[in-house]
Amino acid sequence: MANPTGWKPALEKDAQDGPGGPEAPGLGGATRGLVHEEPLVFEHGSRGRSGVSLPAPERDLDPARDLPAALLRPAIDGMPELSELEVVRHFTHLSSWNHGIDTGFYPLGSCTMKYNPRSSEAIARFAGFADLHPLAPAELCQGALELMYALERALSEIAGFDATTLAPAAGAQGELCGLMLVRAYHQERGNPRRKVLIPDTAHGTNPASSALNGYAVVQLASGPDGRLHPEAVRAAMDDDVAAIMITNPNTLGVFESHIEEIAELVHARGGLVYGDGANMNALLGVARPGDMGFDVMQYNLHKTFATPHGGGGPGSGPVAVKAALAPYLPLPLVVKEGEAYRLVTEPAERPRTIGKLREFWGNFAMFVRAWALIREYGPEGVRATGELSVLNANYVRAKLRGAYHLPYETDSLHEVVFDDRLQKAGGVTTMDIAKRLIDHGFHPPTIYFPLVVQGALMIEPTETESRETLDAFVAAMKAVAEEARSSPDAVKAAPTLPVRARLDETQAARRPVLRWRP
Amino acid sequence: MLDAVGAKSLSDLFRSIPAGLRLDRPLELPPALDEISLLAEFRRLAARNETSHPPFVGAGCYPHHVPPAVDQLLLRGEFFTAYTPYQAEISQGTLQALFEWQTFVCLLSGLEVANASMYDGASATAEAALMATRITGRKKILVSAGVHPEYRKVLATYLRSTHDATVTVPFGADGRTDLAALEEAADAETACVIVGYPNFLGVVDALPEAAAIARRAGALTVSVTAEAVSLGLLQAPGALGADVAVGTFQSFGNPMTFGGPAPGFFATREAHLRQMPGRIAGATQDRYGRRGFVLTLSTREQHIRREKATSNVCTNSGLCALAATIHLSLLGRKGLAELARLNHARARMLRGAMERAGFAPVFSGPVFNEQAFDVGDAEAVVARLAKRGVAAGAPLARWYPDLPGAKGALLCVATELHTPELIELFARSVRS
Repeated sequence: MANPTGWKPALEKDAQDGPGGPEAPGLGGATRGLVHEEPLVFEHGSRGRSGVSLPAPERDLDPARDLPAALLRPAIDGMPELSELEVVRHFTHLSSWNHGIDTGFYPLGSCTMKYNPRSSEAIARFAGFADLHPLAPAELCQGALELMYALERALSEIAGFDATTLAPAAGAQGELCGLMLVRAYHQERGNPRRKVLIPDTAHGTNPASSALNGYAVVQLASGPDGRLHPEAVRAAMDDDVAAIMITNPNTLGVFESHIEEIAELVHARGGLVYGDGANMNALLGVARPGDMGFDVMQYNLHKTFATPHGGGGPGSGPVAVKAALAPYLPLPLVVKEGEAYRLVTEPAERPRTIGKLREFWGNFAMFVRAWALIREYGPEGVRATGELSVLNANYVRAKLRGAYHLPYETDSLHEVVFDDRLQKAGGVTTMDIAKRLIDHGFHPPTIYFPLVVQGALMIEPTETESRETLDAFVAAMKAVAEEARSSPDAVKAAPTLPVRARLDETQAARRPVLRWRP
Repeated sequence: MLDAVGAKSLSDLFRSIPAGLRLDRPLELPPALDEISLLAEFRRLAARNETSHPPFVGAGCYPHHVPPAVDQLLLRGEFFTAYTPYQAEISQGTLQALFEWQTFVCLLSGLEVANASMYDGASATAEAALMATRITGRKKILVSAGVHPEYRKVLATYLRSTHDATVTVPFGADGRTDLAALEEAADAETACVIVGYPNFLGVVDALPEAAAIARRAGALTVSVTAEAVSLGLLQAPGALGADVAVGTFQSFGNPMTFGGPAPGFFATREAHLRQMPGRIAGATQDRYGRRGFVLTLSTREQHIRREKATSNVCTNSGLCALAATIHLSLLGRKGLAELARLNHARARMLRGAMERAGFAPVFSGPVFNEQAFDVGDAEAVVARLAKRGVAAGAPLARWYPDLPGAKGALLCVATELHTPELIELFARSVRS
């Protein structure tokens, strides 16, 4: 059938680009290792086919009897027409084009790509959770409310805060929520203030969340050791600063060891200290942001508590706060009255609340998985998570020293940042290194972030990887470093093994094709 | 491993944390559980939730059949244990599926471009309003009182810090937006008009008329759809004048799970592409000319633009969008149309049963699969049926205390899960 988006799935150029080019697909669409070519779901099938089994219609089905004809539409042209088997094969083929944690090592820095336990997956699928309606009367959902109540308290304990809301849908919405709490706090004291201080090592979501909440962003330079220093904060701090946003450990994997002094500086001028909990994995059971001067912090359950990343969500971004911010927490909250649990959903009961951030009660299925992990690990297991994530990162750091340039000598916690300084002389960049790692069977680290390191390679192994896996990764990284010296052109031609070679991102942005058209 | 890193003990690794900041006691958490005990504990919790009957409440979260093939495919670890497809060459599965999702959103909404998903329908609505303010340079948001109350609450929370308050436009006795009031409120300051389609009351709102009013005022029209199965029967919002269509595709492939997660969707006209929030997958080619997919137009986004980004969204609802994409692929052209007609027929069957039991519809406007009935005392009915293990409906007085006859208004849904026998039983149970 025609290919309306304009590209032929088959080869257009021959092998002029050198060795390692793709072989022509076999008759069944098979390529190397029985990887199948797969058209779009809209590009195959046959008229009238469907993959579902629905009840036979009862009498009197004509919707035109009580819906205006102008509001009715015929069956939608362009929708697929496939059998169940065809759909299953389609998505199974697509899945084989993906690298996930289940496929192999996935050291994507600041994303905490740890193993997602199958017990959590099985539990989240219990009918008592999956088939529960959010507006079920309280007596029909006591188990769900008990779970939320327990998880809220556990998250408060783990990070050292007084109260936690589970409502935010992901980390960035958690940041937005936290900043709204900050604004409400200052507003109640007469002046919402105008500025938020953010170190140059921060995730892009920090400034974006600040702007969305109406705050101007003041960027602070980190010091030569990768840390934020009290002097930088003191120079920028005034009575118009609503908060400082600090990720601790920061995106270099470095603990902000001046945090107490910085918090005192900010507090002295009436400001608040926001913690981006993206890197909370490093501190689990070892130290608590709430004990360091932080007033508010968002979690990322999909990072720290192994709820699956899902190819880009769903996440969950609970926000933990000190008592002074608790009155402003968004709705709902779960309360326990005697032996019964109840959702508080109306501002009448919480007049100072910032309101609602997400429909209903948050990403409940993620709460189930996170609570399952915490229950499975217990206090010792949670602490071991923090300790082993730091051990693994330091092991990789020690093994890769020399092969790659380490821009900061400062101690690493759960992740370590190298750069491409040693390879760049031969023309090989971080991008090339990342793509070549794919050919060695590994997902690349986070690249070109944090921005304070040119050509950054940010490696976060997580605690769930074995020493054998780390050794294999180290060997591959060293092999790429050697290849960058001996055969830089081959490195720059990578990757050659995946289902697609390097993709043209410029063309994608200049001539956007964002959907199939019938 | 400690030798390799030159540390004597695990605590050595944490020497960069000042001693006074380290936790010197175990966390106060319940003790660890082995896997057998873990499953038992969660079976206990799950058993405290009553889910043996399909609920008769929808109100933004809909009970539907999820074909087993959907979840079986979601459990492919290559999908659910991957992250945002930053490395396109080893994420083609996720990226092509997102491209297919975007196509499904466009086909159902009748609009030209869509993003890779939002957190939920509520934040998608707020992001649509924010986009409208960027496009028009205006700040006033008109929102129909028929838009889901939870969505309106989230909209208010999002806009509170940076914008003037939104203006709520009432609905009439037919449950549709009061067009005269809308006409009066729409002016040269209005950025957009937001209308539910179908709205929270289950009523198919006057989208074309509202869009015409918005257009005359130079404002955008945002349609909000929480029950997306309706788009298999109802005209596409884009064809009726909507400039932005948002909502959730929870009804496709996503169980209710107490309200989340579910895939928010966001579609608009091509002209507004560069103002869209969120991730977008696009087609391109590799160095051998083969079609492939990448995340694109990222110069709108927070990791590039930081405080100047169109939104702070990063992680969205990828796996939920995949679930919806698989379910829509299974349904296909014929299945979606049949499912939508079946839902409408079941809702009509529910109306018949309720009328025979003495309960009249509250609103006269046309409905899809959800409608409000006057049951006398809605909270009492909900409480009574809860004792029999059934979630009976959503008492409208919780959100509309000033609605005439609010006390009796119970919003009920009927889908393919509600068999004729169950519907009859329900109507009788509401009576006594």
